[in-house]
Amino acid sequence: MNSIIALIAAAGTYATVLMFGTMGEIITEKSGNLNLGVEGIMYMGGIIGLVAANRYEAMVGEAASNGFIAILFAIFGAFIAGALAGLIFSFITVTLRANQNVTGLAMTTFGTGVAKFIGEVMRNKLGGYVSVSNHLKEAFSLKFMPKFLKNIPILGPILFNQVHFFYIGIILAVLIYLFFSKTKAGLYLRAVGESPVTADAAGINITRYKYLATMIGGGISAIGGMVYTMTTAGCVWIEASLSGVGWLSVALVIFCTWNPLNSLWGSLLFGSLMIMYLWIIVPGIPTELYKILPYVVTLIVLIITSIRNNRDKQPPASLGNNYFREDR
Amino acid sequence: MSEKSKTPLFRLVKRVKGDMMSPRKALAIRVASVVIALILGSIPIMLTGANPVKAYGVIVVGSLSNAIYLKQTIKIAIPLLVCSLAIAPCFKMKFWNIGAEGQLMFGAICSAFFAINLGGKIPSFFILLIMAIAAALGGAIWGFIPGFFKAKYNTNETLFTLMMNYIAIGMVKWLQGGPWEGRKGTQLVPTFHKSTFLPEVFGVQCGWIIALILVIIVHIYMNYTKHGYEVAVIGDSLNTARYAGMNVGWIMMRTMLLSGALCGIAGFLILAGENHTINSALSGGVGFTAITVSWLSQLNAFVMIGISALLAIISKGSKTLNQRMGVPSSVAEIVSGILLFCMLGCEFFINYKVVFRKKSEKEVAA
Repeated sequence: MNSIIALIAAAGTYATVLMFGTMGEIITEKSGNLNLGVEGIMYMGGIIGLVAANRYEAMVGEAASNGFIAILFAIFGAFIAGALAGLIFSFITVTLRANQNVTGLAMTTFGTGVAKFIGEVMRNKLGGYVSVSNHLKEAFSLKFMPKFLKNIPILGPILFNQVHFFYIGIILAVLIYLFFSKTKAGLYLRAVGESPVTADAAGINITRYKYLATMIGGGISAIGGMVYTMTTAGCVWIEASLSGVGWLSVALVIFCTWNPLNSLWGSLLFGSLMIMYLWIIVPGIPTELYKILPYVVTLIVLIITSIRNNRDKQPPASLGNNYFREDR
Repeated sequence: MSEKSKTPLFRLVKRVKGDMMSPRKALAIRVASVVIALILGSIPIMLTGANPVKAYGVIVVGSLSNAIYLKQTIKIAIPLLVCSLAIAPCFKMKFWNIGAEGQLMFGAICSAFFAINLGGKIPSFFILLIMAIAAALGGAIWGFIPGFFKAKYNTNETLFTLMMNYIAIGMVKWLQGGPWEGRKGTQLVPTFHKSTFLPEVFGVQCGWIIALILVIIVHIYMNYTKHGYEVAVIGDSLNTARYAGMNVGWIMMRTMLLSGALCGIAGFLILAGENHTINSALSGGVGFTAITVSWLSQLNAFVMIGISALLAIISKGSKTLNQRMGVPSSVAEIVSGILLFCMLGCEFFINYKVVFRKKSEKEVAA
């Protein structure tokens, strides 16, 4: 029991990464855009966030650098990178009406390429590796909740012994949920994703909603990548370690049935699965086989959700299809 | 307000049969998009301080200029071509199989099993045959599983095939560090026996001949057989296919079996043709690059020869570029990403035309 709690508590950081990735993709998919480029977007977010923090520190000097501002820089940098990727995706699929699946795959190739490229260029420029000073590292993975909260049995370590990005993620999930269910713009966005024909007839600007949703969604996903490099990876760029995170996020969107609140526990579950091999040792199972567990579970989840085929847990009806007004 | 102001200045019209752009013009647009892609691709090269024209020169020279480079480029192109061929029927069917990587890997695992256990014990011809069949079967099984669930329960195939990649790669990692590990602690499978090596023709493994034969077979399969026709109909409209009485589920599974088998053969070609051992880096992203190749070739088997050669040149050349000018070799991924973006985007200019507000309407309104 104790080790399970320790596992879930430790998974919080990894879960945060998946949480951002998933929430971003939920927003994108609500507009009917299926962006399979999350993997590439999170890669870009990962490196740009690190570079932004690194450049900020180089600009003001190590002594004067402030953790809070560095975090803002990292978030902002990652968001811009993801939003730009969303812009490219929207331009090609919405304006030029290209196939969304292939454009997304191209985005993955492009994004991982860009991230590796920047990583290597920066490494060469700075001699050795890109990182930030120790006190900024601490600022990024600070667990700021007061001690008495952390000491609450069971819930304490899981809910209160987490990095601040974890809480930002929770707040964001609630905000996105409220946006979808309580605001007019959220309703319009869902209308665009469900039935662009109807939305268009109602006078909603489809193009604008698709562009904005994909860009904001891409930006949020990219923040997930940034959280990964700045916390789990310890503010160092390790290109291989991010691989698969973006794809897991896309899978989690289905698992969470397009509901941002579900992404909270969904990502905690998958975050736990990802690091389970480090915490709960099962004799007789080799580590490398243990490591594929999250992917096997994803498969099982995909199969079960498709077999159950629940009517209110369906993707936005127009997901993956481009809208062309004269195409009727 | 008059009628006129409500008619937009221009609108887009989808081209229909009879109004299609002439093939020559369409080709010109595609070529232009490649040129634009190369220009855009020069931006990251310039950022490193290198001269893009010179860099592209190094890419071409560094992949084609002498026999050694050329052989390495062809080595990259062979599995790429075979995987692209494998993906084509799936994509034609709008079945987004991005699991070529995993199918290739699992095929390689099956193939390696026989290479390890039979190497040197039976004549080379038979062992190669057994390895090839094992690889094809292995790949087919790996492709069949997502095909089955897609056909039965409409399970999302993109994610399914992708997760299968990670599982296959995980299995290789386990094998190379466990049951098949050579010297303890090396995490390496020892090189296979000589009898499992593919013979060379003109100094390159004979896989290139197999690949070219497969090009012809796939071309015929997709264009001149009933199977190919069924695949095309499903891709255009699932409902039409059902209405016509096609067994859509079975066709999906069958196509995935074939696609997986081809990927498995690609795995065999890498294994027996150049690697001669198995490790988790065996595929080296071929399965993903093949998607690019397939789509850039518009699923045309013959065009794939050219495109896979092009991407192999970029991939090999970028390694030379890295050595000579210090430009990171990941520039290859950026350039192929941009190439895909441009090719995807340019179809718009081929399939749609702009119609301006007619003059006569203006006069009428006035």
